[in-house]
Parts: sequence; C-alpha cells; structure tokens
Amino acid sequence: MSELPEELRYMESHEWVRDDGDGTVTVGITDHAQDSLGDVVFVELPEVGAEINAGDEAGVVESVKAASDIYSPVSGEVLAINEELEEAPENINNSPYGDGWFFRVRMAEPGELDKLLDAREYGALIEDE
Amino acid sequence: MAKRTPLYEAHRQMGARMVDFGGWDMPIHYGSQMEEHHRVRRACGMFDVSHMTVVDVEGSGARDYLGYLLANNVAKLDTVGKALYTTMLNERGGVIDDLIVYWLGDNRYRLVVNCATRDKDLAWLERHSEDFQVAIAERPDLAIIAVQGPEAIGTAKSVVCEEAASAIDTLTAFRAAVVGQWLIARTGYSGEDGLEIILPGEKATELWQRLHDAGVAPAGLGARDTLRLEAGLNLYGNDMDEDVSPLEANLGWTVAWEPEDRQFIGRAALEKQRAGGIRDKLVGLVMTRRGVLRAHQVVRVPESGRAGEVTSGTFSPTLGCAIALARVPVETGDQCEVEVRGKWLPVTVVRPGFVRHGQPVGPVSALDL
Repeated sequence: MSELPEELRYMESHEWVRDDGDGTVTVGITDHAQDSLGDVVFVELPEVGAEINAGDEAGVVESVKAASDIYSPVSGEVLAINEELEEAPENINNSPYGDGWFFRVRMAEPGELDKLLDAREYGALIEDE
Repeated sequence: MAKRTPLYEAHRQMGARMVDFGGWDMPIHYGSQMEEHHRVRRACGMFDVSHMTVVDVEGSGARDYLGYLLANNVAKLDTVGKALYTTMLNERGGVIDDLIVYWLGDNRYRLVVNCATRDKDLAWLERHSEDFQVAIAERPDLAIIAVQGPEAIGTAKSVVCEEAASAIDTLTAFRAAVVGQWLIARTGYSGEDGLEIILPGEKATELWQRLHDAGVAPAGLGARDTLRLEAGLNLYGNDMDEDVSPLEANLGWTVAWEPEDRQFIGRAALEKQRAGGIRDKLVGLVMTRRGVLRAHQVVRVPESGRAGEVTSGTFSPTLGCAIALARVPVETGDQCEVEVRGKWLPVTVVRPGFVRHGQPVGPVSALDL
C-alpha cells in the first residue's frame, strides 16, 4: 500500500502539491507514481522564473522502464527547482514526499488548489487502476 | 490465468513485483531493478528463467535432424555437455528463434528456446521431424535457475551436493555437466560468469532458498534485460524476428557455413544475401546526453537516405547513460542521431557489447561518460 499524506493535494496524473502556507506550493510525484515507474534515472525540471499554467507540462521523469510527463497542478511563477535530483534522481524513489520534491511555485490563483483531489479521492483513483 | 513457475511462491515471499511476461506471471524486480543489476555485476544474483521452454530431442536421427534445422552446426558438439548458441531459420533466412542446444550424450540433445515463441517453435520442430528418427519431448517438469556474477560459481558450489560441486569445477565456458536429474551449464545472459541450472521443478524452491541463504539476491526480468543489453546480447522479438536474418542481427558468427554440403533450412537465402550484401546491420548506440534510448525510436544516419530504428534501448546502470541496439543502413558510420521525445540527439555508433565482466568495453571505455 503506498503512502498518501493527508495534508497534500493530488492530480490524476500523479503529482502531489503541498501548500506551504505563504502563497507558495511544492510539487512532486506520488509514492504510487514512483513505485509504478521504478528506478528513476533522469528528471527534466522547469526553469526557475518561468510562468506556468495549471495543467501545463512542467517536466519529465524518466525511469529505466518509461518516460512520464510532469504537469503543473497550479498556475504561477517557478520559484525553485530541486537541483539535487540531477545527481541523485533516486531521491524520488526513496523519498517521494521529501527529498524527491520537484519544484516550487508562487501561486497566481490560490483557488486552484481547491480543484485538486484530496488524499481520499486520489486513494480511490489509484485503487481503481 | 497466467502460468506460474515452481518458484512463484518464493518470489512473492521475497517481495517480487510480478508482471505478465509471455503468458507467465514473472518477477520484474524485488524492489529495485538497479540494485539487482549492480549486484550481478559486482557480486551475484539469481534469476528464475523457468518460463523458458526446454525441449529434449532424442533418437538415431537427432544429429542429422538438428543439423538440418539449425544454422549453427551441432556437429561442433564433440564433447558431451558442450553447448552451442544458434538460430533456427525459416526458408527466407529469417530468425524463427534463437536457442542454446546442449549435447547430453549418445543421441540425446537438449534445446532451450524462448517462452514467447514456444508454440511456433514446437510446431516447427514437429513439422520437420517426419523424415528423421527422432522423438521430441517438451520438458515442462523442469525449472531453470540462472546464477550470474563474479561470485556466482563459488557461491553456487557452496550450496549444492558434493558431486555437483565437483562437476562445476570441471566446467569451462559454454560447457555443461549432467548430475543426476540436473544439467548444470556455464552459460548465461548477463555478460558475467555464472551458471544456468536446469533441474526438476520440485527441487527448484530448495535450491533457490539455499542460494538466498548463502547471500545471493534474487533479480527480476528487469535487471535481466539491462544486463543482457549492456552485454550486447540480442533479445528475440526485439532485435530480430522472422523478417530479419542472422546477418542483419549481428549473428553472422553463429552461422556455420562449413561444411558446404550441409543443407540447413534458410541456407540458400542466407548465401544469396551474403553474396549480394546486406542492406541493414545491427549496431550498438551510446548516448552521453541526458535521456533514455528506447525501442522503436527513429535513427537518422548522415550516410544514408534511409532511417534506422532502435530495437532495444535502456539506461545502462553500469555506464550511467543510455545505450541501445539499433538496426541501421549498412553504410552507417560512427555517428548518428536518434529522435528522443521530439528532439534529435547525437549518439555514437559502436559494436554491440558495452560491458563485460563489470567493465566498459571497446570504444565505450574511451567515451567521456
């Protein structure tokens, strides 16, 4: 059974979002997603300073098995990216909600968070897969 | 329901992630494919390959029959236990399957063929057996455990009976020994030293557990694939099929042209192709850019108007970059480009075979990875 922190919001495409409480959010991929992908070997992340829209392609995660696009759950400006992932992509497998985070966004429309799935809804979704 | 090997329960107990593979429920990994890969390169790992099909061929006509059926020549098997890698071709010279044949002694041979090709292989074997005094028997009662890696032989010896351990001591590469109901072969699909042990299915779990107790980590089909690709070994269905000849699949070395009067199925087509020259060849690709080469990506070759195609690709855990096998026009030089997720990325063309005995080989070792 994969880990699903209650305080996070989720996308159907298996990204998680943490509300950092100061108008910014942190984004990553879920435990379920890393488990399905297997060993991650590369990530492509957005550029710091880029303006992205909710639902936009914001990066790529490649495992030994497959490549998968990463979508931004919210609109806004990319504040930071997790540069450690370049040297240590295995952090995504080992700590999907911690050291394996992807990028941070300053939200342009905080209301967008409410449109995302909560842990229970996302849990039901992956159970159906 | 998917078929299960005798080790199915053992896989579940060891935390395997199971997937469907050619109608079999097989372990893809036991947690991390990368760790399993490194274990085999650095120490040793064990694979359940019982899904592969074992076929025994026996009878006074067995040698002539296999001489007619296989592109490599079983007459080379001059010592009991010797093994031979070969293709089995159709009349057009296309590869029906690749397989290993062992000489068990007298008029008895053992073939190990791929699981995905089982039905057509058995039908082909039967169809061409009519003119020969042979009996063909599939052996679903047998299991196969591959123990691979620099420590494989020493560890395997420590867990088998004394007779088997002494037999292992006598084995050189591509030799096998029969010990009771077991066939112990110094063969494999990883580019490392090791053994493939064919044994009665009911004994498989005990051997698996003993190996595990001796510190051998189980490895899944995921690691098996990255290991064989690093070793430059073809996978049937990816790197060759019935429309590809061994000459176009880097397997010309497995075709026994001598003696010239040995007629084998596909010979006429192959000779014609050899005389006229092949259009395509199978090469290795190495990409130092970030990204992963994967099967079916398009290869652009400056020397040719024709495109090539990646037949197998992966991230190489040993080299830390993407590698692939690709079928390209024969005029291809040492550089080309592959379309990776919408971008044309430069790759270096090398002979297939990237890693042997834990180390980068050939031009790969000179690349700045």
